[in-house]
Formats: sequence, C-alpha cells, structure tokens
Amino acid sequence: MSLKPNAKAVLEVKDLKTYFKTDAGIVKAVDGVSFTIHEGETLGIVGESGSGKSVTNLSIMRLIPSPPGRIVGGEVLFEGEDILKLSEAEMRDIRGDKISMIFQDPMTSLNPFLKISTQMIETIRLHNPKMSKKEALERSIEMLKLVGIPSPEKRITSYPHQFSGGMRQRVMIAQALSCDAQVLLADEPTTALDVTIQAQILELIKKINTKMGTAVILVTHDLGVVAGMCDKVCVMYAGRIVETALTEDLYAKPAHPYTEGLIKSVPRMDTANKDKRLFSIEGQPPNVIDLPPCCPFHPRCHKVMEVCKHAYPPGKDLGNHHEVACWLYLDEKTKKAALQDATREEKA
Amino acid sequence: MATSKKPLLEVRDLTQHFPIKTGNLFNRQVGAIRAVDGISFDVYPGETLGIVGESGCGKSTTVRSIAQLHKPTSGSVIFNGIDMVKADTRTMLKARQDMQLIFQDPYASLDPRLPVPSIIAEPMVIYNNRKLLPQPMTSHDMELRVEDLMERVGLNKAFKNRYPHEFSGGQRQRIGIARALALNPKIILADEPVSALDVSIQAQILNLLGDLQKEFGLTYLFIAHDLAVIQHISTRIAVMYLGKIVEVSESAQLYDSPKHPYTVALLSAAPIPDPKVERERKRIILTGDVPSPDKERNGCYFYDRCPKKMPWCSCHIPPMFDITDKHQTACWLYSKEDVSKISMEDALADAAKHAVVPKKRK
Repeated sequence: MSLKPNAKAVLEVKDLKTYFKTDAGIVKAVDGVSFTIHEGETLGIVGESGSGKSVTNLSIMRLIPSPPGRIVGGEVLFEGEDILKLSEAEMRDIRGDKISMIFQDPMTSLNPFLKISTQMIETIRLHNPKMSKKEALERSIEMLKLVGIPSPEKRITSYPHQFSGGMRQRVMIAQALSCDAQVLLADEPTTALDVTIQAQILELIKKINTKMGTAVILVTHDLGVVAGMCDKVCVMYAGRIVETALTEDLYAKPAHPYTEGLIKSVPRMDTANKDKRLFSIEGQPPNVIDLPPCCPFHPRCHKVMEVCKHAYPPGKDLGNHHEVACWLYLDEKTKKAALQDATREEKA
Repeated sequence: MATSKKPLLEVRDLTQHFPIKTGNLFNRQVGAIRAVDGISFDVYPGETLGIVGESGCGKSTTVRSIAQLHKPTSGSVIFNGIDMVKADTRTMLKARQDMQLIFQDPYASLDPRLPVPSIIAEPMVIYNNRKLLPQPMTSHDMELRVEDLMERVGLNKAFKNRYPHEFSGGQRQRIGIARALALNPKIILADEPVSALDVSIQAQILNLLGDLQKEFGLTYLFIAHDLAVIQHISTRIAVMYLGKIVEVSESAQLYDSPKHPYTVALLSAAPIPDPKVERERKRIILTGDVPSPDKERNGCYFYDRCPKKMPWCSCHIPPMFDITDKHQTACWLYSKEDVSKISMEDALADAAKHAVVPKKRK
C-alpha cells in the first residue's frame, strides 16, 4: 500500500471550520481542517472523542444540524466543485450518489419499520428515477451478495431486527455503495462490533477500496485499525489536524508529542511489556469552548515550551507528505516572533 | 505464578441460565439462554485473571454470578473458603465484603443525585448499617477514609462536593474504583473497566489499577474484549466462547502459541497498532456470527464456525486438555487419541452410545 503517484484528487477539504453555538460559548468542533484524498486511497482520521472527527465527516456531507451548528468557513472541493456552495437540492444528488457514508451504530441507522428491500430500493431509485422497482431489487440483491450476505434473495425481505450487528453493518455498506459512490465516508464503522466481525467488515471495505477504486475516509479511534487499513493518516486534536503522514512514517517516527503519546499508550499484544507501566498522557482532553489561541495540547504535553502557551503553531512540512503542527519543528526566529506577537496582543 | 498457593476464588461448573417464558397466562418456561454453561477456574491471591471474549459470550454474567448478583443455576463459587452459592444470606454478605466490582459504564454506574463522597462512602454506610464491619465506623471515620481514597485514585480532594456529571469519563471511572476500594476488598471484579474510555485515559486507568494492585496486594478478575488490554494487565487469561471457557493460559504464552482455533482466530483478528507488522500478518477470518446461546448443545460450541472442524466435534463436547500444566484448552485437536479420522457415522454412533450418561449425571 502506498500512494499512487498520478491518481486524481477526488475530494479536497480546505480550511474547513464548523462551529456550534451553545449557551456556554462557541464550540469550535472543527477549526481549520485541510486534507486531500485521491482515487483508490484510504485516509484515516484518528483522534479521541470530542476531537472533531465525526463533525468533519458530517460537514463534508453537509449533515450538521443547524442551528446550533454552522460551517463557518473553508471549502470542500469534490472534483473541483465546492459542495458547500451547492443548494440543498443539488447536494441531495451528491449525497449517496457521489459521496456515501456509513455510520457508527448499525443498530440505529436502519429504519426498523421497513424491510431491507424497501430501504435499499428507495436509495437506488432516488438516484436513478428511471430504474424500475424490479431492476432496483435485482441491484440490491447483487449488492448484498457483494458484501457477503448469505442467500440474499431470501434475506432481502427481512427486517433489520432479524439481522445481527455485523450483518446490519454489511447492509449499511451495501446501501452506501449501491449508487457507485466515489468517496465512502466510514465513521467508526467497526466500533460497535466484535473483533472477529470487525475483521470481516474491514476486509470488506478494503476489497471495495481496491476493486472499485472507491476512496475511503476511515474515521476511528483505534490505532490498530488504521495501521492495517490506511495509506495516509490525519491525527486530530481539539478540532485541528496536528499531524498528517503516510501510515508507515506516522508509526515509525511520530513527530507530534500527542501522536507519540497516543501510539505509546496503546498496549500491544505482540511485544512483551509485562510489569511495565504504559506511557500515559496525563490530564484530560481540553474543553473546546472558547479555546485561547495556544497549542491546545500544551497542558498535557511532555515537551512543552513557553511559546506553546501563547500561540498556535503553523504547519511545517517534514517532507514525504509528512506535516506537523508543533513548535518543536520550527526555528527559533519564528518562535520568538510568534511569542512577541502574542504578548503584544495579550497586552492590548 | 502461584500454583502452590491456595486459590482465593474457586469456580466449579458454574452455570447461569436465564429462562425464556411464553409470556402468556401460564407463563410456561420454553427454553433458556445459556449465558454461562459450566465453567471452572481458580483465581490465586495476587494475580490477575483476565477473561476475554466477544459480546454475548458470558463474561459479564460470569462476574455477576460470582458476585451473587444473579443466583447461579448450578455450580459453586468458593471464595475465601465459603461457598457463596449455598451460604445463607448473612454469611454471603459478610464474605462479599471482600469482593467488589468495577463496572463498565462510568456514566451509568454512579448515582447522578449523590455527591461524590456519598457515592464512595456508600459501601461503608451499607455494611455499617448491617453491622458487618469488623469495627463500626463513625461518619467522621468515613469522611477521612473517603478523602484518603480520593487522593489514592488521583482525584482532587477539592472536588468533594461535586456531582458525577461534573466529571469526565476517566475521572468517573476513578470514582468507581475508589468506591470499590472502600471496604478494603481482597478481590476486585472489573467488568470492562476501560472499554468506554479514550486511549490516553485508558492508559491512565490501567496504570492506576496496576499501582493499586501492588500497593494493596489486590487480586483482580479482569474482563475485557480488547485482547491487547487483557494481555497487558493479566497474569493468566481465560478465553470464553458461548458460555464456555475454551482456553486458559499464561498471558505471554497465549499470544505466542494459541491452541484453540477460536483463540487463534481471535488473536489474528485483533489489529496491532504497527503498520509493518499489520500488513504482513495473516488473518483468519471467521465466517458467520456467534450463534444464539438458547440451544442445548451436545457437540463443540465452536463447531459451526471452526475452520478445523472434524466430524467427531459435532457430537462430543470437548473437555479441557492439558497442553502444559499451565495451559489448557477445550479442543479435540489436542486430545491424546487421534479423533480426526473418525467418520461422521462412527462419531454419531459413538455419541448415541454415550448420550444417556451426561443426562443422568444432570
């Protein structure tokens, strides 16, 4: 797995900002996120709960409940077109047809009152109004076969409750792919599932990714899943991407102290570290309401410097698609300038 | 390892069946969910026994049956020399003082209407009222003890008057741990204590549990579905599938040489956070889902999904076979007699011959 050099960029997210207005203040759930995904690529977005992973995905699909949420800035370019500027009707043609999404909880994302067939036919016919019901049914059966549901002709008339968690997630994937979407957003697709079922579903997503060339954005908190699935990884913390790198590079030489801590704090079963304490990042993730303009990780960072407390670090390219937002990698001059600016502003 | 020592907790043939009733006027029992279906294991003082398995395999029910939160259907739980199943309520309650639980969901396991000190002090208040404490405690004693506990688990004493909703998930789990420690227990039954937490917080809690074990000489029965977590914290591991223990081993050995086909598949399915290792690994993808535990089985419980199944397995329940003295597995592949060549007809005939025996025993 490596980046294909001349693959076409299908989705470009530039400086995306999604804020939520709450009584306590403005929550900057996503605050300037940028990434690009190419055809046939798998991009992982990792981070802890509250880091803005899911909101990023929902913003791309424009599914942010508004109010209280609002996409306040940035661009989401799908094949060169900014989908944030589209009308709701135009957006409906993109959703499901061009960009599709799988949700975390297979138990609640299917309608319990409708048969699987009804739900799948609805999706297909919504995007291809010319298709007859019979054709749509055939297509649904074909999709269910693709995702590995045994005897789909019979099972398609079942209701969601007659399926197990893993099977429901397969149905969700079948539904998401039934219109040949070019981008698949998978929001923690295996978090609610057991490991053996997780392995089945991940295998399936990988198969779809390589066979059909679908670009996949995989949002997860599981570093193990990312290691096996993704070409490129973005690490998010408090609404921002703190590090982007190719998967091998990220695990071999994590640059940001948060990434480093995250990788070290996961117990591994293949290396014996008995009786050793786990590396742990002390403290709690920050409250993202009214964050001051500083590195949000500085209270938990083991390499904290004075400048971290006053200014957010600009991104630095370390080469080979490896980007990091940390003052450690910036030269003294920039640091000094930033510190001076920050103190001047604070005084004012 | 402490094989020479006397076990602190002995579980023998524990079964826990939940009746399925018709729900009509007569409410006849029409079947049972066999959540735990005859498991036996020992826990030695000072060790951590990890139980791992997928959802629905009976891990949590095992813990609840041991703590007598469900009265077990049959079998015995001998804790500290007392059979908890047969003992009268007062003896059981007295014994249970030394056995405390930590629950999975830190949001649901704390009473939202009680301030934190009352939550932590609750076990002491209850046992004080029952007059089962070795020495009666005054409210002042309890207050001091609560402060001490809060400090021990890493909670600021200044938060004394706060309610659970004012704490994050990791801090709430610390409150749960403080409550479990309140009565100075000998064993802590931890039911997925870290699965609801973020990675960085999970490491903090695992370290805390490790420190407490060293400091107070605690014994843990630790449940998790995350193999890496279980491997990190446990001295020995028991793998459960569909209400049965399929393999027991020392934790390092289990990863290096898993024996039961289910353990092999489970270990291979668990992702490892290292792309180099991860991409070269061979995955064994099991087909299908875990079957429903509502049937009585007379063959191996894993038969339907096993990649190495033999005709013999379909109609003979495997006993625990010794691999070494510290490693047992319930799989016919490791039987002393070679059963792999026996045809389906012969196996069925043999099963029919012996079929009466287990029923009589019951």
